[in-house]
Amino acid sequence: MTITGFLSQLLQVAIALALAPLLVGWVNCCRAWLANKRAPSLLLPYRMIRKLFAKDAVVAQNASPIFRLTPYVVFGAMTCAAAIVPSLATDLPFARAADAIALVGMFALARVFMALAAMDIGTAFGSLGARRDMFIGFLAEPALLMVLFTASLLSGSTSLPQIVDTLAHREIGIYPSLAFAGVAFTMVSLAENARIPVDNPATHLELTMIHEAMILEYSARHLALLEWAAALKLFNYSCIGLALFVPFGIVVSGTGWQLLLSAAPLLIVKLAIGGAALALIETLSAKMRIFRAPEFLGTAFMLAVLAMLVNLLLGA
Amino acid sequence: MPTLTTLPLWVQIINLLAAILLLLAFAMLAQRRIVSLIDLYAWQGLVLASSTAIVGYATGQPHLYFSAGLTLLLKVALLPWLLHRLVRQLDVKWDVERLINVPTTMIIGLVLVVFAFNLAVPISQLASTVTRATLGIALATVMLSFLMMITRRKAISQVIGFLSMENGLFFAATSATYGMPMVVELGIALDVLVGMLILGVFFFQIREQFDSLDLKHLEKLKDSE
Amino acid sequence: MNALALDLVIAVIVAWLAVGALGLARPARLKFASRVLYPAGAVVGVVLAIAGFAAMGAAPQSQVLPLGLPDLPFHLRIDSLSAFFLLILGSVAAAVSLYSAGYFRSNEGTPPGLVCFQYHAFLAAMALVLVADDGYVFMVAWEAMALTSYFLVTTDHRVPEIRRAGFLYLLIAHVGALAILLCFGVLQGGSGDYTFGAMRGQQLSGLWPSAAFFLALFGFGAKAGLLPLHVWLPEAHPAAPSPVSALMSAVMLKTAIYGLLRVSFDLLQGQLWWWGVVALGLGLVTALYGVVFAAVQTDMKRLLAYSSIENIGIIVAGIGLAILFRAYAKPLLAAITLTAVLYHCLNHAFFKSLLFLATGSVLHATRERSLGRLGGLIHRMPWVAWLALVGTLAIAGLPPLNGFVSEWLLLQAFLFTPTLPQSFVNMLVPLATAALVLAVALSAYVMVKFYGIVFLGRPRESSLAHAQDAGPVERAALAYLALGCIALGLFPVNVIALLDPINALLVGSSALQGGGGSSWLLLAPINADRSSYSPLIVLVVIIAVVLLTMQIVHRFYHGRVRSAPPWDCGFPGQTPRMQDTAEGFGQPIRTVFEPFFRMQRHLPSPFDAEPRYAVKVDDHVWYWLYLPIARGVEMLARLAGRIQQGRISVYLTFSFFTLLALLFFVR
Repeated sequence: MTITGFLSQLLQVAIALALAPLLVGWVNCCRAWLANKRAPSLLLPYRMIRKLFAKDAVVAQNASPIFRLTPYVVFGAMTCAAAIVPSLATDLPFARAADAIALVGMFALARVFMALAAMDIGTAFGSLGARRDMFIGFLAEPALLMVLFTASLLSGSTSLPQIVDTLAHREIGIYPSLAFAGVAFTMVSLAENARIPVDNPATHLELTMIHEAMILEYSARHLALLEWAAALKLFNYSCIGLALFVPFGIVVSGTGWQLLLSAAPLLIVKLAIGGAALALIETLSAKMRIFRAPEFLGTAFMLAVLAMLVNLLLGA
Repeated sequence: MPTLTTLPLWVQIINLLAAILLLLAFAMLAQRRIVSLIDLYAWQGLVLASSTAIVGYATGQPHLYFSAGLTLLLKVALLPWLLHRLVRQLDVKWDVERLINVPTTMIIGLVLVVFAFNLAVPISQLASTVTRATLGIALATVMLSFLMMITRRKAISQVIGFLSMENGLFFAATSATYGMPMVVELGIALDVLVGMLILGVFFFQIREQFDSLDLKHLEKLKDSE
Repeated sequence: MNALALDLVIAVIVAWLAVGALGLARPARLKFASRVLYPAGAVVGVVLAIAGFAAMGAAPQSQVLPLGLPDLPFHLRIDSLSAFFLLILGSVAAAVSLYSAGYFRSNEGTPPGLVCFQYHAFLAAMALVLVADDGYVFMVAWEAMALTSYFLVTTDHRVPEIRRAGFLYLLIAHVGALAILLCFGVLQGGSGDYTFGAMRGQQLSGLWPSAAFFLALFGFGAKAGLLPLHVWLPEAHPAAPSPVSALMSAVMLKTAIYGLLRVSFDLLQGQLWWWGVVALGLGLVTALYGVVFAAVQTDMKRLLAYSSIENIGIIVAGIGLAILFRAYAKPLLAAITLTAVLYHCLNHAFFKSLLFLATGSVLHATRERSLGRLGGLIHRMPWVAWLALVGTLAIAGLPPLNGFVSEWLLLQAFLFTPTLPQSFVNMLVPLATAALVLAVALSAYVMVKFYGIVFLGRPRESSLAHAQDAGPVERAALAYLALGCIALGLFPVNVIALLDPINALLVGSSALQGGGGSSWLLLAPINADRSSYSPLIVLVVIIAVVLLTMQIVHRFYHGRVRSAPPWDCGFPGQTPRMQDTAEGFGQPIRTVFEPFFRMQRHLPSPFDAEPRYAVKVDDHVWYWLYLPIARGVEMLARLAGRIQQGRISVYLTFSFFTLLALLFFVR
């Protein structure tokens, strides 16, 4: 563990925390533009978080400590995940402690706590949201893991910085398995981040919501933390996608933290393009019924399995 | 860890096209709408044509260009157009009824892929071409199309399954032996075209008889003592 | 100390039997059993755990006891494999005995003293199974284990369902035992010597090794709950008292795993690759089947029983993979896989007994086993609820607890598989990995359902308001198991170092030898570039972030909190009945995996004055496999019944002719 590594680690987490709401704001802007509407302010998510922090918290009478603990756990898990995913540099000391499987575990930890907190109050919508979210998760998580496994078969490692190092420094080649994995990953991230074909982040229509139903009982700082964590999750997923499929420009081990300053603008450009693409996908597709979701995710899962198979057959 | 970078670029592209072919086969398996099915078939033809052209370019066999052009003309333009017209005239856009649900079909499909890959291993060791690794995928495409024919009820989707099966065979031929003799290819192309026309006539006859294209009505034709 | 390990184990067995016998002396006195005998049994358990721990790294020791039939003395032996399972038995039995001290009540069928005897005899039998060194002792101990556990399952024998469950259990246990007996028969290879030492020396040829392996897989699979022999598990576990369920699930199923490992890695010389494929496939199918069924259960102990089936499936899949690696002469990878398997055995023993004991507390506090009538218990029973939360998170495979570590190791092992020489096996890897990952992800679903419905939300019945938290003794036992889950999760390198002698014994390699990067903090099976994991750092970082966030939030935030009725989109008139029921929570799984189930559903019509919804989910296996067999047996019995005349001389004639025929053929 080097001091530059430690610094780049801290810097990366700080950038993730700072930029995550911006990414959400950007996607919302793009969605508005694509729908030919006037876009909200790019900084709206920040303002919302600040506003929520200023409010009085309302907690249901029969809430247990799990309910109040959950926002912190979810936020903590997402922050840790942001420390593992190599978005700026690959010299990450913390990534040694947790590899790709642990990353998926971290997401699962956040999900389970969210679901438990949603069931804690004992309202109809809470348990509905918990059930649906776990339902999405049980297919999305394996699919994500299989995508990561495809990449780790290519690079012979499950450590994310290693994967990115290998993928970024290969000779230019075409990897059909990564193409499959890319499609699967896109589908998974749409589902995991409560995006349109599966869930609608803007909805409060009771019968269709998933993520929103789980956080219905939260208010003020708790809600602020959860919103921030959701933004971080989107940021993390985007960074995983960028790291696996366009790994170029991430600073390699041992090149000093100054270079992070060159990696950060590149990351912002890549994220901007990715966010616009996400908005485009959301605009072009229609939300599906909840019982189409398993088909959608099953397809993603199968594509990821197929990616591994193709990898073994073609050797790439 | 084997890497692709030892292979020439054109082989890599062929591999990618093979993977896309497999993807399209799965997409066809999952697709519910007949119109999209036809589009997918057209895409398959495009992939096939480009792979043939690339093989032709790389191995310096000009007759493959001709074959690619023929594929383009027939499978990307003519047949999809014919099929679209058929669908419009017969007024069937949806293929809701299927015998097995999508996830189960997919799982069977995965098992078939593994089976096909294993089947192809000894054969591709016999073949001498650089692109032999794609043989397994070609075989898998054939089997997946067969599976699609089995699981669908509507006659048109069965025909598309049949056509995409032919695509798989064609791809196998290009990848394993760098293409068939011209005469054979022309013959096949003609066969497909004529077969398509005859089936088109059949569709109208079937609908005339049963007011539907659902093949389960054909069960009535059985002798009922 | 090391040299004494075997003597100590024998002493433990005797001590448990003695404790049990004392209970028999005063069968009706509950206080004597709970105040004196169960704590004594717990102490003995601790001793056993220490003995097992000490014997882990030591050389094998054997002894011949002059017991049993004249020419068949008891051969006993302890090596690191049996020591490890003794360690599991001892450490879990200590907790369960402690818990039992506060658990058993009188007036629950069998008198408490008798239960105490059966319980300790059960423990002693399991210990004897683990140190047996010949087929004879093994079978005696195995049958004793089956019988004592049968009596324990039917403790509350006044209920017909419980009697039926017990019968089913006994039946399958005996079919399995028969297969094991035949397996030993094959293994001794005509030498007539049933000691394990002699079996190791036998060079079986042709199909015989495969016959032995599959007999073992069948026999031990019946005990472990492999598909399609799993049907007894979801019946017997809910029937048994909770400490017994905990012991059966945590330890008794592991004795079957022990037997399978003993036969396939120790007694059989040389493994064939396709055994591995069969075990892998069977294990994965079992895992998926178990977890899918767990998701739709409405009885909390049945849910846990199905979850045990899932875990056994994962373990057997791991054994299959280890056999594959071993057959292809990759000892290092085999060692890593085996480590994952053993680690999972240990983990499962801890979190499953924790959860079963927690259901026991819930059961005693509420008299209710059905998930649909529970809820909100975290307010009434905070101790049980928080400790059960640890077990829930562990069994759901979440970092940094113990369930995650073993699954992590197993996934690593799967990722190594593409190095195998055979392309067919390589092709299976993605499918196998996918199935494993799916099962693990589904288990999180199941555990959220379990915990959320039992402990969270609002009480679904008014009677739950009077639920009492568990007593101090029970709390201590639960806390010990929860701490075990945490410690096993946080110090994987130490645990793996502890397990390593077994790898040396079974596959001749150490799981740690390739790892230049492993230290006490960082687990890195091959090397740190390939994969590494450090739960301690993960935990510290998460806690640090959480505390830091709390600090910052509390510093800059005014901290005003208002308590109000739940919001729920402003919908008034919420009642606890509007929460998801167990059926509701499992409904998505039931829809997606519909072909798995045989479902009978009663939907109310819109005009029903008293609408009732009922759904019954059954196992296809039961209808496709067991009922036809049962019908066949019944038919045969009816055929045989035709020769029933009621006249003795006719029967005697039959016997006489049989005798004559036999004499003629054997002549």
